[in-house]
Amino acid sequence: MLKLAQRTTRRLRGAHLAIPLLALLVAFFAIPVLELMRRSFLDADGALTMQSYADFLGTPAYRTILFRTFFVAVICTVVCVLFAYPYAYLMTLAGPRVRRVLLVLVLLPFWTSLMVRTYAWLVLLQDTGPIKAALEAIGLGQVHLIRNTAGVVIGMAQILLPFMVLPLYNNLQKIERSDLLAAQSLGATPLRAFWRAYFPQSLPGLFAGGVLVFILALGFYITPVILGSPQNSMMSQLIVRQVTERLDWAGGGAMAVVLTVLTLVFVGLMSRVVNVQQAFGGTGDRK
Amino acid sequence: MTVAVDTDLALKLRGVSKQYPGTDAAAVSGVDLDIRRGEFVTFLGPSGSGKTTTLNMIAGFISPTGGQILLDGKDIADLPPHRRNLGMVFQNYALFPHMSVWDNVAFPLVERKYPKEQIRERVRAALEMVNLTGFEKRRPRELSGGQQQRVALTRALVFDPPILLMDEPLSALDKKLRQRLQLEIKRVHREVGITFLFVTHDQEEAMALSDRVVVFDHGRIEQVGTPDELYRRPATRFVAEFLGDSNLIDGRLVTSDGTVALEAPEGRIPLAGPPAPSDGEHCVMFRPEDVRVTSGEDDAAAWKGTVREVVYLGSERRVIVTTETGRDVTARTSGETTGVPRVGDAVGLRFSASNAWLIPTTG
Repeated sequence: MLKLAQRTTRRLRGAHLAIPLLALLVAFFAIPVLELMRRSFLDADGALTMQSYADFLGTPAYRTILFRTFFVAVICTVVCVLFAYPYAYLMTLAGPRVRRVLLVLVLLPFWTSLMVRTYAWLVLLQDTGPIKAALEAIGLGQVHLIRNTAGVVIGMAQILLPFMVLPLYNNLQKIERSDLLAAQSLGATPLRAFWRAYFPQSLPGLFAGGVLVFILALGFYITPVILGSPQNSMMSQLIVRQVTERLDWAGGGAMAVVLTVLTLVFVGLMSRVVNVQQAFGGTGDRK
Repeated sequence: MTVAVDTDLALKLRGVSKQYPGTDAAAVSGVDLDIRRGEFVTFLGPSGSGKTTTLNMIAGFISPTGGQILLDGKDIADLPPHRRNLGMVFQNYALFPHMSVWDNVAFPLVERKYPKEQIRERVRAALEMVNLTGFEKRRPRELSGGQQQRVALTRALVFDPPILLMDEPLSALDKKLRQRLQLEIKRVHREVGITFLFVTHDQEEAMALSDRVVVFDHGRIEQVGTPDELYRRPATRFVAEFLGDSNLIDGRLVTSDGTVALEAPEGRIPLAGPPAPSDGEHCVMFRPEDVRVTSGEDDAAAWKGTVREVVYLGSERRVIVTTETGRDVTARTSGETTGVPRVGDAVGLRFSASNAWLIPTTG
């Protein structure tokens, strides 16, 4: 008994160092979120009701927006993986100097404001912009890259790329390159060696980066507002409209709660598919 | 012998070289070597001597800039690693951390598309040979260093390669475990009967394991021979110094009345060995066990000196004697406690004339 008490004390030693941050989180995050959740279950007279949820999920236009939000987040995550994997892999191959340059290039966007970067994309993607001109030059003039989902995905993916590259690189640089050579010496072609000996070891990084990008993408606001159009708005825009234009706190709260719950379910499912424990090399007892 | 000589050869290197662009010195230059079937051959040398580069050229991870690598008489220079069918054990074992012991060992068989039934049978038998039955489901990180080593060995042997390559596989282990695994590797070599090619910088390990040792320095082969040949008859000064302790004494060889003697500043050392190719400047090697420490009043001693250091090694003692001219001579004496010279004692040195070895090249 005494031992247990001692161990608990030892484990809690230094816990007070977390108090300032915890206090901040409770006051400015937990309480407002819970308050919003509470309001989502009340009607105008303060009576308990599920009406806001029924309204939200019962409206086809809202369901479309919800679906679109998840769709855009998935596409953004996939695009980020496709660009970040080769980049992070290159970083593990590069010498220390080149690696530093590559790292700075990834971090560079963090030093400029989200707004500025999004407007930069507006300049690039608009119908009189250089990208459109280039596409017209090769005969793809009919492609529109602004005021639609394509534009939103392009802008968001670029902005979210660092969140994919950094966790992935952190993972990849821990994988022994000799594993690739070993696989080849054992009869695997270079491609098979990568697929069986290297790629599975990168799943934890892919998962970490993927979850980050996915969750951030679900809540994106500024970029869809600037690069998209009201015809293809996302959940964050809908919630803002609900609260600021209609002053419907209950409706906005219900949307936020549904979005949060679906996000958790989605991430939970993803972590099932990607057996993180196994990927980390834990005691997965298969076979 | 009706059989052609070449069929006894597992591997033949002819003028194998590697020059990295932008460097002056070749990493490996002009390596010629014949390795017989079933032989245990060790590449020995300091780091940067070209031994690992040579091994990697045989494995196919580095392409030579010159020469031929003949496996069973066929040049394999253009074959990628996965088509060379050679087993390899890496320095860090390179076990796949996300796979179980079973999946690691089955890997080469799966890649070769063996039937399931055969894979099961082979992996089971292979794990049994190295006493790892019962560990099939473990991850590499759940094994001790010695067990990991055995998994790596098994994985590299399970597909019956004609040659097993090993790149300093024991260097990460402590001495006791290393010695135990050396015995195990020797046993496995006897049991599977294939050619083993082992790289190490540890000369004791090389001597303990090998049928023949190939000594590398500066990208070239210094000498090839059995451990005993290398120890007793080193071809160069480098080999003499790299393998075991040695006393290398430069001096003038003088032949008079049919006897040879080495003249050094400290005095004349009579030699009994083969007559010198020519009189003049030469280097003669005496191993520490060929030097006897006698008393300071020994008039028959070749040299005189003062004991600088006595190192107790259990079964023996190493006595380092400094001569008048400041040269250190190492002698090895028995571990007995009587008549042990002490630091500061004036002593005489006698050299065993019959064990003197004349280094053929001045190097």
